[in-house]
This record gives sequence, C-alpha cells and structure tokens, in this order.
Amino acid sequence: MNSNSSKPDDLSGSKPKNTALKLVIAAVAMFGFGFALVPLYDVFCELTGINGKTAGPVERVEQWVDTSRTITVQFITTNNAGMPWEFEALQEEIEMHPGAWTQVNFWALNPTANDMVGQAVPSVSPSEAAEYVQKTECFCFDQQTLKAGEGRKMPLIFSLDPELPAHVKKVTMSYTLFDAGAFAK
Amino acid sequence: MTTATASHDDHGHHGPAKGIMRWVLTTNHKDIGTMYLWFSFAMLLTGGVMALIVRAELFQPGMQLIRPEFYNQMTTMHGLIMVFGAIMPAFVGLANWMVPLMIGAPDMALPRMNNWSFWILPFAFGMLLFTLFTEAGAPNFGWTFYAPLSTTYAPSSVTYFIFGVHMMGISSIMGAINIIVTILNLRAPGMTLMKMPLFVWTWFITAYLLVAVMPVLAGVVTMMLMDIHYGTAFFDAAGGGDPVLFQHVFWFFGHPEVYIMILPAFGIVSQIIPTFARKPLFGYASMVYATSSIAFLSFIVWAHHMFTVGLPLQTELFFMYATMLIAIPTGVKVFNWVSTMFRGSMTFETPMLFALAFVVLFTIGGFSGLMLSIAPADFQYHDTYFVVAHFHYVLVPGALFGIIAGVYYWLPKWTGHYYNENLGKFHFWMSFIGVNITFFPMHFIGLAGMPRRIPDYALQFADFNAIATVGAFIFGFSQLIFLFLLIKTIRGGEKATDQVWEGAEGLEWTIPSPAPYHTFAEPPHVK
Repeated sequence: MNSNSSKPDDLSGSKPKNTALKLVIAAVAMFGFGFALVPLYDVFCELTGINGKTAGPVERVEQWVDTSRTITVQFITTNNAGMPWEFEALQEEIEMHPGAWTQVNFWALNPTANDMVGQAVPSVSPSEAAEYVQKTECFCFDQQTLKAGEGRKMPLIFSLDPELPAHVKKVTMSYTLFDAGAFAK
Repeated sequence: MTTATASHDDHGHHGPAKGIMRWVLTTNHKDIGTMYLWFSFAMLLTGGVMALIVRAELFQPGMQLIRPEFYNQMTTMHGLIMVFGAIMPAFVGLANWMVPLMIGAPDMALPRMNNWSFWILPFAFGMLLFTLFTEAGAPNFGWTFYAPLSTTYAPSSVTYFIFGVHMMGISSIMGAINIIVTILNLRAPGMTLMKMPLFVWTWFITAYLLVAVMPVLAGVVTMMLMDIHYGTAFFDAAGGGDPVLFQHVFWFFGHPEVYIMILPAFGIVSQIIPTFARKPLFGYASMVYATSSIAFLSFIVWAHHMFTVGLPLQTELFFMYATMLIAIPTGVKVFNWVSTMFRGSMTFETPMLFALAFVVLFTIGGFSGLMLSIAPADFQYHDTYFVVAHFHYVLVPGALFGIIAGVYYWLPKWTGHYYNENLGKFHFWMSFIGVNITFFPMHFIGLAGMPRRIPDYALQFADFNAIATVGAFIFGFSQLIFLFLLIKTIRGGEKATDQVWEGAEGLEWTIPSPAPYHTFAEPPHVK
C-alpha cells in the first residue's frame, strides 16, 4: 500500500487501474443485482413463508377433513381503476371445514363494445393463511378473454389445509380484476 | 495523472490555463471541486426557489397562487434537485478539494474521469429542468417516484427524468470510484488507514455505498422505462408484476442513499469540532467503526419506509428492530462529539457554530427518526408532515449545515482570505432561526394529521403553516448572505495564514493559503 504511493509517478501504475476496474465491475454487478432482486424477493418470501400469495394449481388429494372446526371464508371482488367489467362472487361468504374441497363461482361480464382481456390478481387475508389455501382451479390462473357483451361463470375450486392455525377463524379471499389488454397472450 | 501532466507539461507546474477552456478541460482536483461546489450552490438556490413556491402556496389554506398539478411538480423537482443536485454534488466537490490535500496526494487518481463525472451533471439537470417548459410539465410523482404513479399515470416527460437519473447516477458512480481509488492508492507514506482524517474515512465508506446502490437506482428506473415503453410488467399487476416491488427495489437504493447524504457531513463535523475545541477527536477508532456499522445497517432497514404497504408482522418487527439498532452507532458519534468539546478551549467561529447546530439539530432529527421506526406508531406518522419535519431536520440542519460548516472551515484555505466573521455569524443565526421556524412546527401539524404532498389543508393547520412559510422565506433569503460572503471572500479580505485556524491539524493546513494549483507533487511524510 504505502510502498506504492511513494512517488506521484506511481499514478500510472497498475494498482490504481486494478482498483478502478474492480469497482467498475462491482457497479455493473450491482446493476444486475437490482434486476435479480425481482425474482429474489419472491424466492425469499416463499422460503420464509411471508409471501401472502397463494400457490398456483395443486394436485387434488383427498385429505383428512377437520370437522371439529368451521372456517368462514369471504370472497371480495374489486375492479382496478378503469376496468369496466361487471365482476362479482356468486357467494359472498361460505362456511367450510378445513380439508374439504369446495367450489365457488364468480361472474364476469364485459359490457363494452370491444373484446377485452382481464386478469384477476388474488390476495388472502390474514396473510399467514395464504400458504394454507390450496387451489386446483382458479380463474385467476389465466387471463380471461371476453367478447363484447359476453358474460361468464368462472369457477374456483379450493380447500384449506387442515394444518391451518387454530386461531384463524375467518379467511378473506380477495380478487382484483385488471385490464390485461396490453399483456394479452 | 501522468498522462495528464505529460500533455500539459508546458504549463502544468505554473498554474491554470486561461479562459473558459480552463474549466471545460480541467483535470485539476481543485478546479473540479470548485465547479462541483458552485454547481451545487446553483442547484440549492434553484431547489430553494421551488421550496419557496411550495411554502408560499401553503401560507394559507385553499389554492392561492398555483395549480395543484404545478404544486406536485414543484415538490417533486424540489426533492430531486436538492438530493441529487445540491447535497450529493456538494459533498463530491468537498471530497475533490479536500481528500487529496488531507492524504497528501498530488491529485485525484483518475483526473480525466473526474472531469467527465462533473460535466455530465449540468446536462443531467438541464434535461430534468427543461421538462418544466414542456407541455406535459415536469415529473409530478414525488421524488420517490412510486409506480404506478411514475409509470402508468406518469406525464410523458418521465422519459427525460429517467435519462436524467441515469446520467446523474453515472456521474455519482464515477465520482465514488475515483474517491476510493485515490484513497486506496495515493496516500502519502505513513498515512495508514487508521491515521486518515475522519472526513476521508466517512467519504471512503460513502463511496462504497454509492458504488453499491446507485446501480440499483439505475436498475429501477430502467425497469420503469421498460414498463412504459417496451411492454414489460415489472410493476403492473395486470401483467403479473407488483407495484410494491418498486418500493422494495427503490428503498434498497433509497435507504443507503440517506446515509450517503449524511456520512460525509459526520466527517466534516468531526474535523471542525476538534479544531475549535482545541482537543483531539474523542474516540477516533470508535468513530470509524460507528460509521462502518451505520453503512452496513443501512442495507437491512429499507422496508421501514413501507410499514403501511401490508407487510407481514415478522417483517415489520425485523425492520423495526434493525432500524432502532442504527441509533446505537449514531449515539456513539454524538457522544464522541460532545466528549471532544468537554473541557476543551472552545471558540465559536462560524464553522463551529454550524457544526454545533448540526450536532443539536441532527440529533432532534435522529430522535424523530427513532419515533418513526416504531412500526405501530408509524401507521399514524406515515405520509404526514411529521415525516417531512423528520427528514428536513436531518437533511437541512444536518447535511446542508455540515456542508456550509465545511465551506466556512476550508474557505480561507481555498481563497487565501479570511471571510468576514460578523457576516458569517449573521448568516448562521439567520439560517439557524429560519430553519427551526420552518421545520419545527411541521412536527405538530404532522402529529395532528396533516398529510404531505397535498396543496391544500384543513383550517386547523393554518397557523403553523403560516409560521413555517415565514421561516422558509427567512431561511431561503439568508442564503443570499452566504452568496455575498463567498464572492466577497474570493475577491479579497484579510490574508489567511497557512494553518488558518489556531487549533487546526492535518496535512491540508501545512500547505500555503491559498492552496497552490499543484500540491504535494512530492508526497509529505506522515509520522
């Protein structure tokens, strides 16, 4: 270190250039890291179970049904700003036992004169219940395309894992509908 | 530097070139430092005018002077210009001037890159400011530019904003690399790391923070650019993205950024207080370790800006406790400054007054920060004027007073003249009174529930808002005293000695005043 800076001529030496090069590489790597954060946040939240998101389709397995307790499940639908569809849950609230498979239907109608693509984004409250929600079928897994004036009944088939913590008595499943025209597949 | 001196050998050792091209082509750390400081002063006044427009509108409830759309542009531009245009370049300017002088180096290690990193800035801010005159208007989504406000609902000028941020980011990264390379390679013989002055140490750590997080900022604005123009959906839930992701990535940059804006000020104050207390700094090594701890902790506290977005309980607790931990190294620093003064032979020249105000008022800002770190309480404080009061207390009497203290402290070394002490004290007292009248009432209206970033407010907040506006105008116009004093000192004044201040110690006080154009061509030996 000190030997290198004994003369100002050492400015042209390779050591400053090496330091600078390492720092440039570090900066470029951090630019990449910024993008890597996008999947990393998901991975981290999945590992720690703090995601609050429900998993994609699961295989239907017949499982132990905990008839000793009954959970109230509420369904909430919201339209994102500017989304003109009618969108509602056909049952607002159901009672179910953990482990039992249940089907709930939702209704969507495109009242406009144009064909449109919608995407529902799910959310579960309390968020600690999210990892216990098992869905075999959900309209939120795919984009929904509705022609002008077309309406559709959309199913959700799910159960609650019997391991659901005992203090959870009520689960709210919320769906927000977005205009996904810009992202139509 | 060798290449630079070789090509300029004909005049290299006699002084600067003549005319405007001296400033365009210069690779001299003192010239570049001066340009950085004047640029940031110009931006301080520009951002200050915007703040005064905001305060003038808030003088009374109801809309009096400007339209709400323009109000949003003013708050956004005020924040962006003060953070990226005033505070950060001022610190880089001070580093350019003082780091080589403090470690006994002949210049910065990468002088040509130094020139480039400065000259990018006027173009970056030119591009940002020019959006004010476009039909779409300037960015209006707040300096934190949360998606989807800054993507789906952004004015078309957002693209200029993105490129402006890219350019100022590149400038900051190059400046930081230059500072690290200089400190690691150009220290005079005997100047070991643990003998470096604290201003050098704090900048060394700050530069690492810059290299680590400015690229993440570049990444997040690039994602915005792709969402806006190339159909990706990083932040758009309709396409599978997540607007909360924006806040996570932004604050991963944003929290280290707030330490980037305060650590060099810690360094400046740690130079000034020992000089005017005529005692060595108390707890030098603990200062270095405290600064490093703050820098490390800054990477794991970002979500305390997001307590109300719906984080799970464990996450709230983690970020709450991690944030509170920062109070420990910060407390060590405040303790050391106070202990340095304890039983010292103190005198109260202008730099010392600003440094003392820094210690007191920054601590107030630190305490309100501690209040905000309490997650359950933050639900009440979030997005209110309490937050505005908090971060202005750490940034104005914190970062800005630190910079002003440094300018007063080193001004005789730069210009060769003492400034007018009475005028300096007048500037200090006007600033000190103005800053407190402006920001202290904001604590109260914030706790009472006045939201930030809204151009109108309920009647019960009227009195405190009127007081804050009066304070803002006192503070703003006091900076013209500073401008007058600077010009007066550059043009003449009492001749400064080499040591300048009776109690000053360090290599920068061994060279003549004003500092010659080239210094330490022969490295000094540090015992």
